[in-house]
Amino acid sequence: MRIVAERDRCIGAGNCVMTAPEVFDQDDDGLVAPLVDEADPVDPASLAAARRAVERCPATALRAVED
Amino acid sequence: MTEVSEIPLHMRRAQFDPISELGEIRDGAGVCPVVTPFGVPAHLVSRYDDVREVLSDSARFSTADRRALTPPDATELTEQEYARARVGNLLSYDPPEHTRLRRMLTPEFTMRRMRALEPRIVEIVDAALDDVERAGKPADLVSTFALPVPSLVICELLGVPYADRADFQRRTVDQLDASHPPQRRLALQQASRAYMATLVARARRDPGEDILGLLVREHGEDISAEELVGIASLLLLAGHETTANMLGLGTLALLRHPDQLARVRDDPASVEPAVEELLRWLSIVHTGIPRTATTEVTIAGSTIAAGEHVVLALPGANRDPALVDDPDRLDITREPTGHVAFGHGLHHCLGAPLARLELRIAYPALLRRFPGLALAVPYEQIAFRPYSVIHGLQALPVTW
Repeated sequence: MRIVAERDRCIGAGNCVMTAPEVFDQDDDGLVAPLVDEADPVDPASLAAARRAVERCPATALRAVED
Repeated sequence: MTEVSEIPLHMRRAQFDPISELGEIRDGAGVCPVVTPFGVPAHLVSRYDDVREVLSDSARFSTADRRALTPPDATELTEQEYARARVGNLLSYDPPEHTRLRRMLTPEFTMRRMRALEPRIVEIVDAALDDVERAGKPADLVSTFALPVPSLVICELLGVPYADRADFQRRTVDQLDASHPPQRRLALQQASRAYMATLVARARRDPGEDILGLLVREHGEDISAEELVGIASLLLLAGHETTANMLGLGTLALLRHPDQLARVRDDPASVEPAVEELLRWLSIVHTGIPRTATTEVTIAGSTIAAGEHVVLALPGANRDPALVDDPDRLDITREPTGHVAFGHGLHHCLGAPLARLELRIAYPALLRRFPGLALAVPYEQIAFRPYSVIHGLQALPVTW
């Protein structure tokens, strides 16, 4: 699974950073800054947390892509 | 005093719980008619999935329609009066106006900024506990702890000078007192805005490290003084009573569940999930700002016409079996849920990271300071607030 973050939809609620800190960070503007490149698969150990973060993003700014 | 029968369904509680009729509607038709506290007829949406759908669709559900807050028989505000009343209030804007203000504020609530604020919040909490201890038992935790802590955190955020803080706190408590007649409440609101205007003027002259100072430095003349006053007023309104009521009501909930209280006190790893579960279970915000359908929509099989209003029952959603098993049970050992206590969508609470931080610091600090914390009166005598925008307690008399 890969993560695609649409930064122009992000509202900086920080839920993803709280839910999956290994996968997401915020930049100085408060917007999502994924720690995993969108071309790379998420580490299996972080998959469940990453999925929860995607599902709970209040701004629907995150997508999980299963290739 | 408002008659109980006039209180809209979604704002009525049986102590900690939403009233059972709300669950019946959620598990039945899903949507029902209500009249909001503003006297406006609306559709009440009660299921988790439906609440999330409405909250995440700002194109079809606007928060900028003033009719949602205006009783049908009220004297209409002029465009100018309305514009003045809402300036800087993020909640009453749709994109792109909303996006502009929200983007200016998001840098102030990042996890990193919260970490920087953490030591200051620890000091505020510890000092409040010192005061409680010094004043002796029994103590009312609402007035001595739950209200002052978030108020002092907001002082910190807004850069309220130390010399002004006692007055600021007094005014804030007075402003939240729902028993004042409307004239007095309006006057208090105006006094609060006048004070915020002095903070804004000071930030314009000499911008400090607080939110107002940072907004002035970062955005200069792109943000007006009126907007800054509106933002400061919203931060106070949204950040004070909410956190205060979570502290009071959450402490009572833990006192009623002693095993869970002991975990929060003794096991630091339990605190974060406990805060999430208390947020879900208590759902102190009954509903967000009402929405107005911009086009005809169908929710749970009910048709909502363009121009009609929608109200979300957040406790209904947070107690929906579709969200979590055995939803009416408080269980701090649950895997944190995707609750909607902070809302969802574009208007999701901006201060959520701050509220979480305050709660994560304050609950264990309180319980460790007073390991023998107990109610000072029988539980039956604890007064829940019967009718308020935010669910909470009138007072929480405790001993230790």
